[in-house]
Amino acid sequence: MDVKKTVLYDDHLANSAKMAPFAGFLLPIQYQSIIAEHNATRKAATLFDTCHMGEFRIHHGDALSDLEKLLTCSIRTLEVGRCRYGLMCNPRGGVIDDQIIYRVGENDFFMVVNAATRQDDYIWIGSRLSKNTRIEDISDETAKIDLQGPGSPKIMRKLMDRPIDGMRYFDFAYNQYQGTRVLTSRTGYTGEVGFEIYCDTDLVSKLWNDCLDLGAKPAGLGARDTLRLEMCLPLYGHELSGDRNAAESNLTYCIARDKPFIGSPAVLDESVRRFSLAAIVLESRRAARARDLVLDEAGVEVGVITSGSFSPSLGKGIALGYVLARYNQPGATLKIKTERQELTGTVSDMPFYKHATGRKRLDEFL
Amino acid sequence: MVSEECLYTKTHEWVRIEGELAVVGITDHAQRALGDITFIELPQLHVEVERGKECATIESVKAASDIYAPISGEVFEVNASLEGAPEKINHDPYGEGWIFKLKDYNRNHLSSLLNASAYEAFLESEA
Repeated sequence: MDVKKTVLYDDHLANSAKMAPFAGFLLPIQYQSIIAEHNATRKAATLFDTCHMGEFRIHHGDALSDLEKLLTCSIRTLEVGRCRYGLMCNPRGGVIDDQIIYRVGENDFFMVVNAATRQDDYIWIGSRLSKNTRIEDISDETAKIDLQGPGSPKIMRKLMDRPIDGMRYFDFAYNQYQGTRVLTSRTGYTGEVGFEIYCDTDLVSKLWNDCLDLGAKPAGLGARDTLRLEMCLPLYGHELSGDRNAAESNLTYCIARDKPFIGSPAVLDESVRRFSLAAIVLESRRAARARDLVLDEAGVEVGVITSGSFSPSLGKGIALGYVLARYNQPGATLKIKTERQELTGTVSDMPFYKHATGRKRLDEFL
Repeated sequence: MVSEECLYTKTHEWVRIEGELAVVGITDHAQRALGDITFIELPQLHVEVERGKECATIESVKAASDIYAPISGEVFEVNASLEGAPEKINHDPYGEGWIFKLKDYNRNHLSSLLNASAYEAFLESEA
């Protein structure tokens, strides 16, 4: 398969990034150190290249009611200027993708999806829209970077032509960067206060380097993964997949119970749910990895790990995995059979990291 | 970076002879390739390790890998300080990041190891 480069490729090489293919793109895994980039996101400010992600515009016709059918989250209660996380399910209740939907106008929406699923999503959505609803895939002409961490609001304020002060968690706004329109949202995949910035591809290299000049450190996919894992945020292809009922993911806050959507009979039917997503803290620095088996104390297989890593914030191994629901009780002991040995873990409440700043008021950081 | 005082394996371990002991670690190239090291399982004291066989496990944020004994011998000492601070291997792979020391090692095995310039040439050929 052809591996694509994002428009920031040369900027990554200039920052000595270690590059590797991900979702069809050559992306920075790390610059100097995953742990240093992780800690800089928790304590200061970092910058991620997320240009690979997919963006759609969905508007006109019956866009609102079409999206209600396609997504698990409520659309009619989403205010203009707000965005919301939600899942897109198949009729069996499995997850086709996870996404964030932005309400730009009454009947005008912007959707951000995963890079690996972008083409399939476009076909899935496009073939289920009413006759007069329009969809455009604007991924190729849309660049995106994520500025994250408690130091990010000050940097953002210097970068943007207009004030950012009023932005709440999951608010978005059109702003201007050196006279050009950019879309900014108070979102991210790290748990920390921060912004996702969408702009034209010819503008992004300048914006990227301005962020660095103002003190943000570049961070790669390695840190992005440990940061999201500490927050128990799911990763498509790991915690979420077409074969796994969305309800088992415990993402109940993004599953509306008062509307039908594709897959809702299966998702809302509690009798079909056997497994649930558990957060497991390992007893040592040793990590479990995706596909390791979860065993009960007697050694009987009760589940499987979907993501696992060393947690820089906890100083221990942490993992997410699907276990038979009765085993998913905080404090319960589970064994994990790794490639090399059996590890002991304890079911924890979510998230693993309790001190994230994402939901705090912006003025605490300005 | 390679140390002139060490001998090397193609699996990126180093050996340095200090008196009666052979000190073993992983190379600067290896620690760079692994990235941040988060865990090490050291060999047990007094066990005999066999040249080319797994004798320790090392984990980074991304993955777990094996460390192979570069020569045969008896484990005389392990660097227990690495258990709480495995990042020493990243910061000082030929110094504070040493992993274990062998005694009564097989001296004949030393001739099968690479010297610094041969190891550098090997790294270039791999690149």
